Amino acid sequence: MRWLSDRALVRLRRVTELPDLTGTKYRLVEEIGRGGMGTVYLAEDTPLARRVALKILDQDHTPKELSARLLTEARVLARLEHPGIVPVHDVGELADGRVFYTMKYVRGRRLDQHVEETLPLSERLRIFVRTCEAVAFAHAHRILHRDLKPENIMVGPFGEVLVMDWGVAKLLDKSATGTETDTGGMADGELPASAGSPMATAHGVVMGTPGYMAPEQARGEVDRVDPRSDVYSLGAVLQFLLTGQIPSEAPTAVSETNQGNRPGGTIGGKTGPPRQLRAVIEKAMAEDPEERYDTAAELADEIQRYLDGRQLLAYPESPVVRTGRFLARHRVAVILLLTYVVVRALVLLFGGR
Amino acid sequence: MEDDTRIGGPEGRFPVTRWTVIEGVQSDDPGERERALGTLAATYWKPVYKHVRVHWRRSNEDAKDITQDFFTRLIEKRYLDSYDSSKSRLRTFLRTCVDRHVQNADRDERRLKRGGDLSRLDIDFVGVEEELARKGLGAEASPEELFEQETIRSLFGLAVDDLKKECEARGKTVHFQVFEAYDLADREDDRGPTYGDLAADHALAVTDVTNYLAWARREFRRLVIERLREMTGSDDEFRREARSILGVETG
Repeated sequence: MRWLSDRALVRLRRVTELPDLTGTKYRLVEEIGRGGMGTVYLAEDTPLARRVALKILDQDHTPKELSARLLTEARVLARLEHPGIVPVHDVGELADGRVFYTMKYVRGRRLDQHVEETLPLSERLRIFVRTCEAVAFAHAHRILHRDLKPENIMVGPFGEVLVMDWGVAKLLDKSATGTETDTGGMADGELPASAGSPMATAHGVVMGTPGYMAPEQARGEVDRVDPRSDVYSLGAVLQFLLTGQIPSEAPTAVSETNQGNRPGGTIGGKTGPPRQLRAVIEKAMAEDPEERYDTAAELADEIQRYLDGRQLLAYPESPVVRTGRFLARHRVAVILLLTYVVVRALVLLFGGR
Repeated sequence: MEDDTRIGGPEGRFPVTRWTVIEGVQSDDPGERERALGTLAATYWKPVYKHVRVHWRRSNEDAKDITQDFFTRLIEKRYLDSYDSSKSRLRTFLRTCVDRHVQNADRDERRLKRGGDLSRLDIDFVGVEEELARKGLGAEASPEELFEQETIRSLFGLAVDDLKKECEARGKTVHFQVFEAYDLADREDDRGPTYGDLAADHALAVTDVTNYLAWARREFRRLVIERLREMTGSDDEFRREARSILGVETG
């Protein structure tokens, strides 16, 4: 038997692990991420001399069905031209038959890492609104993400926010595909209920991440998963952003899910989020989809209303409270107005003497 | 580099269909069991021998006896009947069996150099001591790490042998030579030949070197996977091992 030195062994493990890009225009640089379905590498597009992220299925001798799913994921992304969604450049096939696609290489940090820094509430909410806008754009194109979580949101060095990993996205646009299509990839944390067929998309197969999944999604009720399921996940992301706490992992029991996901906690030892935002989280993460915001756009509007000091859908206020809040928000203007009124009154009262 | 070890039994064979040594060792057919033992020993005799030498600090001669005896008793005592791939990896199970075997041998103070109705394995231990000397007997790796490292070394070494045979059979000896020069040499990564050097050595275009190397690596990986498939007890274990050793899921 051939004896292999430690150095040869290390080299062999590395070269056999790395994908063979022979015959493509890409040159491999390094691995940058790994998920349940595939691995993402940093590669160089040699003719254009630019760096791209290259995603390849891990499976050797990839089944056609799985290849089709990766292609669908690439097509989903290709349809979503939005500043908050990473653009796809190219799709292709390696010499070993594995399908790959390339996308913009995003330099940035995952949201869960980004918020480890002390960020003001307004910045956290700005990131959240940008996230909602990207998801709302996808919803407008009849596409559900189905695995929204801080690990799948990137924040760039200039504050740009990108929603990543559309591997388990679901296309609802029958007119475009001829049928309802499910990319059904296996992202991190996916919970295949059927060990024999982890990619299956029938009832009972759970795709998503515990804690961030809507109850109907956790139960594998595929027919009930709609944009409001993504709204639930966005609510969980908001909770994470405001409390620093990961929503509890209760993927199947509805009551437990919501018991564990009550917003609370603290950010950096300070008191928890304002009551209004807690109400927003509760509404977004309502057990019954009917009680949630209908769309991600509606949720973004709600946060914008909070930022503008306007009344929230999730937090009705009495006229007294509303008036008090109005006065507090426009304190300077009110003081000026009152001062003006008082001065005018005094002028009227004593000016005629 | 010359082959330094000769293993008896049917090593070198690998089935096209899904066949595992676990099934073979548990078979009632003596021929099938012998074949399985040969395959198992081809991959594991060096890890076992080195484990006994390094972890148990046995002499060269004692380690040879223990290794020989372990594989014959593996079948005689049906050690693998209690193996459950959902609970542990085969190599972890085997290392535990070796430890128990050494303890029993100490207790009994005897080692049977026979294997029931099986012929004794023909293991040529020449060269294995040299390998140990290169690494050093006082290697800092834990017993688990050493056993894993040596198992992978054996697995890859056998796959290299398979690749060489395949290249010879398919008239692709230059492919193997390029692979050998670039990937198998004991050198630092930045001290080896360039693609240009290899192209000049073998009168090839540089693009041919790229393609030959890519082909050889692809075949090598396939052969490792085939060996691995044989040496694991279940599809789950196979996938875990493939991911651990090659970083890939395998279908």
